[in-house]
Amino acid sequence: MAAAARRLSAASLPLRHHHLLLRPFASSASGQPPIAVETSVPFTGHKIEPPSRLVDTTPSELLSFFRDMSMMRRMEIAADSLYKSKLIRGFCHLYDGQEAVAIGLEAAITKKDAIITAYRDHCIFLARGGSLVESYAELMGRRSGCSKGKGGSMHFYKKDSGFFGGHGIVGAQVPLGCGLAFAQKYTKEGTVSFALYGDGAANQGQLFEALNISALWDLPVILVCENNHYGMGTAEWRAAKSPAYYKRGDYVPGLKVDGMDVLAVKQACKFAKEYALQNGPIILEMDTYRYHGHSMSDPGSTYRTRDEITGVRQERDPIERIRKLILSNEVATASELKDIEKEVRKEVDDAIAQAKESPMPDPSELFTNVYAKGLGAEVFGADRKEVKAVLP
Amino acid sequence: MAAALQTAALLSASPNLIDPQRFRVGLSARSLIGRRGSIFVVRSDGRTSGFFNAKSRSGNLITNAVATKADASTSSTASKPGHELLLFEALREGLEEEMDRDPHVCVMGEDVGHYGGSYKVTKGLATKYGDLRVLDTPIAENSFTGMGIGAAMTGLRPVVEGMNMGFLLLAFNQISNNCGMLHYTSGGQFKIPIVIRGPGGVGRQLGAEHSQRLESYFQSIPGLQMVACSTAYNAKGLMKAAIRSENPVVLFEHVLLYNLKERIPDEEYVLCLEEAEMVRPGEHVTILTYSRMRYHVMQAVKTLVNKGYDPEVIDIRSLKPFDLYTIGNSVKKTHRVLIVEECMRTGGIGSSLRAAIIDNFWDYLDAPIMCLSSQDVPTPYAGTLEEWTVVQPAQIVAAVEQLCQ
Repeated sequence: MAAAARRLSAASLPLRHHHLLLRPFASSASGQPPIAVETSVPFTGHKIEPPSRLVDTTPSELLSFFRDMSMMRRMEIAADSLYKSKLIRGFCHLYDGQEAVAIGLEAAITKKDAIITAYRDHCIFLARGGSLVESYAELMGRRSGCSKGKGGSMHFYKKDSGFFGGHGIVGAQVPLGCGLAFAQKYTKEGTVSFALYGDGAANQGQLFEALNISALWDLPVILVCENNHYGMGTAEWRAAKSPAYYKRGDYVPGLKVDGMDVLAVKQACKFAKEYALQNGPIILEMDTYRYHGHSMSDPGSTYRTRDEITGVRQERDPIERIRKLILSNEVATASELKDIEKEVRKEVDDAIAQAKESPMPDPSELFTNVYAKGLGAEVFGADRKEVKAVLP
Repeated sequence: MAAALQTAALLSASPNLIDPQRFRVGLSARSLIGRRGSIFVVRSDGRTSGFFNAKSRSGNLITNAVATKADASTSSTASKPGHELLLFEALREGLEEEMDRDPHVCVMGEDVGHYGGSYKVTKGLATKYGDLRVLDTPIAENSFTGMGIGAAMTGLRPVVEGMNMGFLLLAFNQISNNCGMLHYTSGGQFKIPIVIRGPGGVGRQLGAEHSQRLESYFQSIPGLQMVACSTAYNAKGLMKAAIRSENPVVLFEHVLLYNLKERIPDEEYVLCLEEAEMVRPGEHVTILTYSRMRYHVMQAVKTLVNKGYDPEVIDIRSLKPFDLYTIGNSVKKTHRVLIVEECMRTGGIGSSLRAAIIDNFWDYLDAPIMCLSSQDVPTPYAGTLEEWTVVQPAQIVAAVEQLCQ
């Protein structure tokens, strides 16, 4: 094993040939022999010893990665066409290209850990156990949406599996995330919170305020910067004097991770969770990329070249990476993978059809959930005799 | 009013009439922790009906909207002795009782812990409950308010203190978007049982930035409830109600009212967040006020009574939503309304209240609604100028005289 490991540790491999395999046992999907894969690039640490590049995975895990990421990719692309046909209105921020972060994160944690993110939340909702139908219904403003149609694209939540949204104002979710971690520490749950934000939000003051408090109080929070290099139309080097976001925590350690490599993300998140439970906050910077523009109203090509986008798609696409891993490890054949993709496509199409059928919210829903019921008192409208809003 | 208190005495004296179990408060799914002391409360008009109602409302909690005193300074209930304390101590008592009762309640703010609170509201709590429940935060309102909201999303009940309400302007985004709206945008998944409290209002020459009245800024945030306390009695009751409420509540205290001394009941009591308080029943004119202006009004009332007027004074207490039931009944009786507030003229609580009364009770008005508010200027430092910024009793007297012509 050691000899094999030595064989693996060639540092400067071109990106395309980074997968070297160790297969100690004959592979068979039912036997679940572990596969050890080296991440594309080593982790870079700031004030911390980075974890090993070698990640353990199993064939079924790889297949599930492939399936889930394809589902997310398909979902976002379908949302694109729904938006263009005006079934989805308002803002729609798509996550395709960044799937590895959502999937890798989910693979490293439990549903008891909390995740909070900004508005690019469709795929994280899916990863946390949300259904396609709920997502599309919410996007189309229907009553069977995850927020009953009242939230929209930027307000997906799933309380029972620890997904706290879904926030429109840039950076505002980070103090919330630290608050979640505070509650976890208060109730001694032994779980952590992941507060996701982008490279644009990394320049928000409230982030540093919250980080300071979290470090002071040793809160089990992990700040994850999904660095897709563009804050809407502004490139990171034009917005941040120091675009090394993992170092921005100063006294808080950080780790830079290749966010297009799902196994690297998984390794880093696992490492971060263990660290945070012992020592308090840590920052993870996920080097990732979004293929779409910032949102559906942004073509995404005025501030970057098409060559750049296609370049990343060819070199670093997360789904292709897993596909190559699966094929070279003979976990499945190319046609089986194609079948999975077809299945996924069908599932997404079915979900869209179902969501389209779903009715719009009832007008009375305008007034529900403004207040939660408290003390058994009813909240009245203007005249107490005429109850304008009957609280559920 | 005295009759109401007599009934209260009667109720507590005859236990067979009221099953003590039915006075349980806090009807949320969480089980009650801590004591279930006898809680007695009486409706503002002396009715004791509440809990006999078989409606969906549990009816167990009846809330007392009656001021325990007339315009005199102290007079406790005829039967029970009670204990005397200052307003900030009443707030602390309420907070302490709630922290004892529910381990999910925690306090966050600047200098609330080791220092004891800049207005001593949280004095002694840190030594009693420890650093995890009484948290000293750095000077970062935006983020610690956000953290309080995040903690509330999971079920904790934080009480966030702004050292001065004006500082909470830095947390406006968190209060507006996350605190007020999260329950709605998540389709009801998350409740935000947070209490945001702090002193505001014009003090003694504190300067413009420390004399702000944020109730006018927060009033249109949907999903938020706002209450303003004015006496030790209602301070304690509102604090407890705010903590127990499942909604985000902003509790407005006033810098100059912290040292008001009053005798409050020994028994546990909780007030209704949405109810207004009848301070002095009358016939000629309805004066609506809240917080510190209540005292200016009561001072003016002394003069008015001598001049032969009989004003009805209502402390609206609930700034959002307005208790239009109590207010409406009063308007229907007197047909004249004077609003006395400390907010600025533009966009203040008074202007919303005026609009609400006009919308609902236009036919009952015999005269235009008068609204006395502070001037639309930053509060100056100089004492004389500051006096002219805020409504003074003499102006109230003049306004009533004009209204009642």
